[in-house]
Amino acid sequence: MIDIRHVHKVYNKGKANEVNALNGVDLEISGQEFVVIVGSNGSGKTTLLNLVAGSVLPTSGSIHIDGNDVTKLADYQRSTWIARVFQNPLSGTASDLSILDNFRLAAIRTKVKGLKIGIDEKFKNKVKEKIYTLGMGLENKVEQPMGTLSGGQRQALTLLMSVMDTCKVLLLDEPTAALDPKSANIVMETADKLVKEFGLTAVLVTHNLKDAFSYGNRIIQMAEGRIIKDIDSKNKASLKQNDLFDWFA
Amino acid sequence: MDFYLSTLIQGLCLSALALGIFISMKIFNIPDITTDGSYTLGGAVTAKLLVLHQPVFVVLPVVIAAGALAGMATGLIHTKLKINALLAGILVMTALYSINLEIMGRSNIPVGNFASIFSIINFSANPDRNTFWIILAFAIVTTLLIGYLLKTDFGIAMRATGNSESMIRALGVNTDRMKIIGLALANALTALSGYLVTENQGYADINMGIGIVITGLGSVIIAETFINWFKITSVWLSLTWVLSGAFIFKFVVGFTLNLGIDPILLKLITAVFVLLIVSLPRLSFKNSS
Repeated sequence: MIDIRHVHKVYNKGKANEVNALNGVDLEISGQEFVVIVGSNGSGKTTLLNLVAGSVLPTSGSIHIDGNDVTKLADYQRSTWIARVFQNPLSGTASDLSILDNFRLAAIRTKVKGLKIGIDEKFKNKVKEKIYTLGMGLENKVEQPMGTLSGGQRQALTLLMSVMDTCKVLLLDEPTAALDPKSANIVMETADKLVKEFGLTAVLVTHNLKDAFSYGNRIIQMAEGRIIKDIDSKNKASLKQNDLFDWFA
Repeated sequence: MDFYLSTLIQGLCLSALALGIFISMKIFNIPDITTDGSYTLGGAVTAKLLVLHQPVFVVLPVVIAAGALAGMATGLIHTKLKINALLAGILVMTALYSINLEIMGRSNIPVGNFASIFSIINFSANPDRNTFWIILAFAIVTTLLIGYLLKTDFGIAMRATGNSESMIRALGVNTDRMKIIGLALANALTALSGYLVTENQGYADINMGIGIVITGLGSVIIAETFINWFKITSVWLSLTWVLSGAFIFKFVVGFTLNLGIDPILLKLITAVFVLLIVSLPRLSFKNSS
């Protein structure tokens, strides 16, 4: 589903503050795989995620998604395949717009935003039904601005929004980093449920080793812009949580 | 003409400008100084075409297109060359001064003797009332169009662009393109105000746009105060308040002049008035917290 080949990323090339964020990464992720990427700060894991999303373009190398060469496509052009959840809940939703407006945009992620009014009673009920499944009691607040909700509620809604339109790849960039433990749990459970229910290919970047251990069927460790460990589903099952902590010792 | 009617007409003439500033300032978060230039551009094109005996169905589309082009220029400079929006607007505004002068050929063109929109359409036998109804019709039609636009999928994407750029890009919207379209729309509306004012006052002047962005901002900030006060979320009510903002603004400035204050101080009074309405909500907020 995602095919990353010989990807290098250099920031500020030729300047004093030149940074080699990625040093030749090769990674193939098959359909419906749920990959967790761990690594210290500056290891390049977020850069790798941003390269897949298209918010950053590689210095060299190629990226294919679902058989299409997307190396030179901008982030908004890759939304045909990709839905994203950001670390900051504010980045994934629009505060001043109502929950309904946010969901409307998500429902036409892969389509043209045209000059017709798309929010009607039918759409409203569909959104309410979806939100009801979260069990957060938000289904009666769909007219409220997104900004009135908590970070955890917004992350959970962002996840739901990602499956409002056809979605192949779900990118999760430390989605629970800004949340309290209880909300973090709900968000991760929801993510896991949606990935399985919709057969998504997912990439999760996290610092939380417990999440890295509990979720996903493949785990990758990065350091200094390289992949240094790649544990597939067979071996991840036999991995113990303490082994993960040892990686960072 | 009595004071209230003439103030009401002047306020309504500026309603398109207020809607334009509402789009650039409130929806896209861009303080668009191009406004000063595109407003005069609207007036200059109007005067030039009226002198050439062009009918209204030619004048109006050309005025709107000219304003849109000015906005596009600012949008392109801002998004493609990554230049600060404020500076991009100032650049285009400065360039427009020469362009406007070139279009007009001199600094002032009277158009009173040419067929204006007010002499073509007759809603009322009283010319002042007739002017009022025509300009009111303009204000209503533009508000309805903008209100509808903001409720469409495109409009929601526009609102999201100014609100959460990362989100709307992830949802497949080219935000650069969206900003260029937004600024084009805002300045097309501003040019429309330039058209109405030129028709109404009977002349276009190269300096008519100086500080007009402040008038637009003032109107929008007055509107915003009421929108926050009444916790309005409806697009229609918000736009109605933007129109009212333009009127309230004109009324306060007109009232001040009526008190016998030297017209030379007009811009000073306008600036102080805008400063007051900008700062008042902040001051009262500080006291209450």
